[in-house]
Amino acid sequence: MNVVVLTKWVPEPEGTPTLGDDGLLVREGADGALDPGDEYGLEAALQLVEAAGDGEITLLTMGPEVAHAALQRGLAMGAHKGVRVTDDSLRGADSLVTARVLAAAIGRQEFDLVVGGVESTDGYTGTVSAAIAELLGLPSLTFARKLEAADGSLKIERQTAAGYDVVTSPLPALVTVTAGATEPRYPSLKGVMAAKSKPVETLSVSDLGLSSDEVAATQTVAEVSDAPPKQGGETIEADDTTATRIADLLEEAKVI
Amino acid sequence: MKVWVWADVTPDGPAPSALELLTKARDLGDEVAAIALGPGAKASTVALGEHGAKTVYASDDEVFSKHLAQPTVHALAGLVEEHSPDLILFPASYDARDIAGRLQARTGSTLMANATDVLGPDKARTEILGGTKIVDVELKGPAPKLVLIRPQSFAADPSGGTAEVVEVKADVPDDLKKAERLERHEEEASGPRLEDAKVVVAGGRGLGGTDAFEQLEKLAAAIGNAAVGASRAAVDAGWVPYSFQIGQTGKTVKPEVYICAGISGALQHMVGMKGAKRIVAITKDPDAPILKIADLGVVGDLFKIVPALTEEIEKRRTGS
Ligand SMILES: Cc1cc2nc3c(=O)[nH]c(=O)nc-3n(C[C@H](O)[C@H](O)[C@H](O)COP(=O)(O)OP(=O)(O)OC[C@H]3O[C@@H](n4cnc5c(N)ncnc54)[C@H](O)[C@@H]3O)c2cc1C
Ligand SMILES: Nc1ncnc2c1ncn2[C@@H]1O[C@H](COP(=O)(O)O)[C@@H](O)[C@H]1O
Repeated sequence: MNVVVLTKWVPEPEGTPTLGDDGLLVREGADGALDPGDEYGLEAALQLVEAAGDGEITLLTMGPEVAHAALQRGLAMGAHKGVRVTDDSLRGADSLVTARVLAAAIGRQEFDLVVGGVESTDGYTGTVSAAIAELLGLPSLTFARKLEAADGSLKIERQTAAGYDVVTSPLPALVTVTAGATEPRYPSLKGVMAAKSKPVETLSVSDLGLSSDEVAATQTVAEVSDAPPKQGGETIEADDTTATRIADLLEEAKVI
Repeated sequence: MKVWVWADVTPDGPAPSALELLTKARDLGDEVAAIALGPGAKASTVALGEHGAKTVYASDDEVFSKHLAQPTVHALAGLVEEHSPDLILFPASYDARDIAGRLQARTGSTLMANATDVLGPDKARTEILGGTKIVDVELKGPAPKLVLIRPQSFAADPSGGTAEVVEVKADVPDDLKKAERLERHEEEASGPRLEDAKVVVAGGRGLGGTDAFEQLEKLAAAIGNAAVGASRAAVDAGWVPYSFQIGQTGKTVKPEVYICAGISGALQHMVGMKGAKRIVAITKDPDAPILKIADLGVVGDLFKIVPALTEEIEKRRTGS
């Protein structure tokens, strides 16, 4: 089974990202890493390929040169090769542009399955994967919290607001994997060393046969302002009167 | 201007989000329509009409609920081509995210996610960094503009109209019926739904395990009309099911009072609860960000405070 795993590089995945003067997140020079939200899907892909006994995992990222770090991390976890799309014209790319670029790059690979995250840590539109599936004409199984492959099909438990659904589809297909669905492995030292010699292909927008119109963003930030700060809040050290204080507040709010 | 609303429907009726979005759509355009596909669509048209839909494009056909996204997008894209709406509002639900994402790939139009308000046909608002910054975004390119809106961004308010119902044909090619729903499971807890409860009592990593969540259940029971929620840290640890999660990837709640214990107040958590009327936060850490948005922040040990509060409320209840 051959799998393409989407692996986004994100600035400051744990800390607070910075906003530039243009209202876009600052990516240059930021302390970035592979999006933790993509590690769950990569782990799922590694397990599927290991269970199948053959096949390759290709990592795909669109981002600046530093996004190489995301691929290195994924290769160290056990993926076989990487593809990075880097192009100056992609700065500020919106969800449609991102989907077009990634779909075009996936189209160059042989695959049975495309794996993405449910949403990226920095952009969190949560629609890129669905748009990719549509562009490639693939069925999509989204919000997977459990995956199982058998006889050329994939079955998942799909997260819902009330619980979960069991959903299945023949391959090829696209699946998005929720945070917490798997326990991403930690790269071993051997894995880190091996990653350095694994093949990584670098592509530009024109390599993908996309025109400049197709990668023009359709959204611009008109204005960024501070939300009004909360008024009248109070912080207290807990003591014997704390329960009374909270209960008084509940009474004031007429909920008890 | 033609404004459409994607209505999530079930055999129980329309989702609250459909009525919220229609209420907003009335302010934005004069030709408001709703799209409702799948079992329960026709029965929902009365409520959709009452909330401002002049037209409802509807089909009760099972194909739209049995198969994920593709049949729905096929039908929706057909309607868009036929009627050329200017703007389509979607709720940020599981199904609607997939539908909007796929529709965008077909129409080549812009899609804005996580919106909290729509300011006009070409402008929408979102909040970032946990709601501390407000960003207004201009939407360009071909119509229809697509906007995914966070739940409870608007209050539903009926205007008392009747919708004309237009039947949508369900002739879906077989190759769009590959992804199939086999089973549905519900794991909702007893008591009021998180979204509807007057009081939400939420726990985070500081609870340390399942046992402490029982303490929260007791507190919720003492308050009455209260529901228990959680941060993602508690959900990822497996202490409570995902349906408890509050925040960016979970539910959005706007109760009268939000009480949280052992939650630090990460940006992704705060977007799901900062709309609460009053916020009470209990944490050990005096620098926890949650304290900045709390009406009453308490720095202390939740294992002492939560049982004491439960006892105090029970005492007041019984009037002793
Ligand atoms: C893309 C993305 C989406 C996300 N979506 C969500 C989401 O929807 N919802 C969500 O909640 N998170 C979400 N997160 C995760 C979020 O970033 C935080 O990691 C998470 O909210 C932290 O949970 P917490 O506050 O329970 O844990 P922590 O941040 O670890 O906080 C625990 C708190 O408990 C306190 N504590 C410990 N012991 C005690 C005690 N005995 N008494 C009192 N206080 C105590 C500590 O002082 C601390 O303040 C998301 C993250 C990403 C990247
Ligand atoms: N630039 C990118 N490179 C690789 N994968 C991406 C990129 N942007 C988005 N994705 C994938 O699409 C998913 C959804 O992203 P988003 O729509 O931005 O929330 C992410 O979890 C990734 O798996």
